[in-house]
Amino acid sequence: MHGHDPLHLLHAHDRNPGVRHAEPLADFWTYTAGLGFAIALTIASFVVSQTNLLWPPGIPVGLLVLAIAQMGVHLVFFLHMGTGPDNTNNVLALAFGVLIVFLVITGSCWIIANLSANMMPEMHPMPMQR
Amino acid sequence: MSLAQVADYVPTELAVGRGGGGPAPTRIVVAYGFWIFLLSDIIMFSGMFAAYAVLSGNTAGGPSGRELFDLRNVFIETACLLFSSYTCGLGALSAERQRPDSFYLFAALTFVLGGAFLGIEISEFAGMVGRGAGPSRSAFLSAFFTLVGTHGAHVTTGLLWLAYMVAQVLVKGLRPHVLRRLLCFSLFWHALDIVWIGVMTLVYLMGAR
Amino acid sequence: MLGKLSWAAIPFNEPLPLLSAAVVGIVALAVLAIITKKGWWPYLWNEWLTSVDHKRIGVMYFLLGLVMLLRGFSDAIMMRSQQAVAVGDAQGYLPPDHYNQIFSAHGTIMIFFVAMPFVVGLMNFVVPLQLGVRDVAFPVLNSVSFWLTASGALLINASLVIGNFARTGWMGYPPLSELGFSPDVGVDYYLWSLQISGVGTLLAGINMVTTILKLRAPGMTYFRMPVFCWTALAANMLIISAFPVLTATFAMLLLDRYLGMHFFTNEAGGNQMMYVNLFWAWGHPEVYILILPAFGVFSEVIATFSGKALFGYRSMVLATLAICVLSFMVWLHHFFTMGAGANVNAFFGIMSMIIAVPTGVKVFNWLFTLFHGSVRFTASVLWSIGFIVTFVIGGMTGVLLAIPPVDFVLHNSAFLVAHFHNVIIGGVVFGAMAGYNYWFPKAFGFTLDERLGKASFWCWLIGFYLAFTPLYVLGLMGMTRRLQHISDTSWQPLLLVAELGAVVIMLGILFQIAQLYVSIRTRDSRRDLTGDPWNGRTLEWATTSPPPAYNFAVMPEVEAIDAFWEMKRTGTAGIPPTYEAIEMPRNSPTGFVTAFFAVMIGFALIWQIWWMAEVGVLGAAVTALVFGWSENREFEIPADEVARRERAQLA
Repeated sequence: MHGHDPLHLLHAHDRNPGVRHAEPLADFWTYTAGLGFAIALTIASFVVSQTNLLWPPGIPVGLLVLAIAQMGVHLVFFLHMGTGPDNTNNVLALAFGVLIVFLVITGSCWIIANLSANMMPEMHPMPMQR
Repeated sequence: MSLAQVADYVPTELAVGRGGGGPAPTRIVVAYGFWIFLLSDIIMFSGMFAAYAVLSGNTAGGPSGRELFDLRNVFIETACLLFSSYTCGLGALSAERQRPDSFYLFAALTFVLGGAFLGIEISEFAGMVGRGAGPSRSAFLSAFFTLVGTHGAHVTTGLLWLAYMVAQVLVKGLRPHVLRRLLCFSLFWHALDIVWIGVMTLVYLMGAR
Repeated sequence: MLGKLSWAAIPFNEPLPLLSAAVVGIVALAVLAIITKKGWWPYLWNEWLTSVDHKRIGVMYFLLGLVMLLRGFSDAIMMRSQQAVAVGDAQGYLPPDHYNQIFSAHGTIMIFFVAMPFVVGLMNFVVPLQLGVRDVAFPVLNSVSFWLTASGALLINASLVIGNFARTGWMGYPPLSELGFSPDVGVDYYLWSLQISGVGTLLAGINMVTTILKLRAPGMTYFRMPVFCWTALAANMLIISAFPVLTATFAMLLLDRYLGMHFFTNEAGGNQMMYVNLFWAWGHPEVYILILPAFGVFSEVIATFSGKALFGYRSMVLATLAICVLSFMVWLHHFFTMGAGANVNAFFGIMSMIIAVPTGVKVFNWLFTLFHGSVRFTASVLWSIGFIVTFVIGGMTGVLLAIPPVDFVLHNSAFLVAHFHNVIIGGVVFGAMAGYNYWFPKAFGFTLDERLGKASFWCWLIGFYLAFTPLYVLGLMGMTRRLQHISDTSWQPLLLVAELGAVVIMLGILFQIAQLYVSIRTRDSRRDLTGDPWNGRTLEWATTSPPPAYNFAVMPEVEAIDAFWEMKRTGTAGIPPTYEAIEMPRNSPTGFVTAFFAVMIGFALIWQIWWMAEVGVLGAAVTALVFGWSENREFEIPADEVARRERAQLA
């Protein structure tokens, strides 16, 4: 239960995700800066994918980096993820979640791609991947 | 006392940094609970992303992403969702500062932008189904429609939720428990945009190459 | 009008299912009739069905697990009996169609509706008390979680009476589970019942993690939490991260079956191996979700009954967190034989061996706690020692199976069946029983009969070894799992021993039923008047038995690990404090009503009664909207009322 808290002055509370305790104008500019960065990263993603500005074999990696950067922009500027001690639980939860997402996606891709490792090389044009 | 006990001994008032400050206030408890719910939702999406990644090449002789995806629409959708995240944030600011009028304005903008996103997506889906590229055509299309469609279903739920929250603000005002629920909504809405970045990149931008 | 449902769904022409359905139906009706006749509905409704008290919800979870244990065990003894007699020319009494449903139901029920409710129930009851707080973070959601789990259990039991269950095994692998090969409702029962209870479990996980991280008594830093709370934290973190994967996987299979998609079909590019991969990405963390709270129970029981602090607290915490993270890096060991190359198999094989190390750390810590302690051999301690021996053996067979070449011989054999029963029975069931005996007095105010408890333990222990040692041998001799008929007659002696083991376990269950019955009848002679029947170390023993609804009249100030032991040591345990008003959550019908609509939706979707599904969805949505609008979810107990209640308890 959430008991009332007579000693609240002594207790530095955790920051909850999504709320920032700062000056009003700073808050507005945080969101606006975030929007600006996100727009730039989105345009960059489209440009990278549709042109040859980036060395073509590196495009998937480039897109991935841009996507992660933009997710970071959202987390920092819109969701106010910080590094202070009162944000620790939120960041730890995010880190654990990111780890699991990484394991599930890359683990699955690695495993499924590897499942044909012991198959005979194809001698005729019968598609294995349909 | 053993060494371990001495090392562990921290007077209650100083135990704050190690989490000894007692139960957290309701707002923090609710926000944290919702935050980890969102992380669990993102893990569910990752299961669908994994399925998409594995099945994206299995077109069963049918159309592939390159033939189906229209990146101009994707750009507009992305812009709509991104700007709706921005207006949602400004709406949250207005609510925190007890400014109902600007809250309603930003809530309306968020709703319209989110609705525009949905409209484009639904017409994209309808177009694909109409061309015989529906979810039952191939494994690739099943994975596509499920992943993107689940995101769209979340957006739809979000819009219904937003409308419901506006009703609550109208009737009850910007009281603490309403503000907590609004906080949960904005967490949800921002998280949806984060998931969309993944969809945009992994499904559309990589798929259209 | 009624979709696929017709009178043909009721197994009139199949005596065995009809008989079991009749028995279940008669028992259920009898229970309802007794409750009605004695006028217990108001009490049940107000005190239990709408309760948001974590203690009540914990008891209901555990009770659900005990009831479903009877159904799951009935399936088990039917399988053992079939295998004992259907050898050579004999055909046994269960045709393949039924046998397949029985082993599928057995696994599904035991994992999802026995083991999970046991551990979730114990965590629900104990964790807030050990943390020194009044309830979990989201009490109404807690009630919803329980009722969704119960809804899933109801649906699975309905499959016995109306329609049939899946014949795919508890894992539901495609393409067998796809529409082409399982056109009837069996797989749909499986999928919808687990999706519904899965939502409940996920919500419970979120609730518990938030409670442990954000709601603890003042002064209880992370490293002053009891070890049971650490294991509960790790297990619930796993719930939050693993169950969504299962939800996604089942959703994809449901989309294949209902909307003709092709995730896992034979045609149009489906990949069945992806199902196996995703299922086990959930499935392996799931077994750690089950075992970690059991480890926590043993830590508490062993420390209390040795009269010593748990040895190696920090290493226990580290080992728990290590297991939590590592459990997501081993899942391929469930399908070494699916065709991955040597690199992949080797990686996961090595990781599977590494994950045994932190468990070994824990075992040593338990042994060192017992060593030089003044050990009291209560029933809970017997369950714990039985666990240490049995689980270590089971764990070692697991490490053996983690070697890919060995697994190529033993995958899906009776050896595998023996291994996982070894660790689940020896670990989870023994842990649930230890916790049941240990915390029963706290929940109900009187201890359980010790003699019958010990008798039940010995029957379970001996019965387990009789039932499963033959299966290890048979697995090495080449017997695969899930055999409805055995052609090699030389296996029969071992199968008969296994059958005997099942009968001895049944005796153990009967002793447990007797223990409960006798304990209730003679409860006055075993009242727990102090609230601390075992000379406990943690905060739950600082309350009365049973605790008041608000747990602690004044939240304790925690000064050290084993907070209650510290309070007793410094003499601060019994000092009457100054009382303040207490805010408590109101009861709510939300959980029960949600369950009602969940069952309606599940049943309707299974039988494709679309209008009923729509009504159910509408009802669930309205319930959510009503709950989402509500305020005043709490009421206040004034300070003098608190003082009055406390003085009445102490008198």
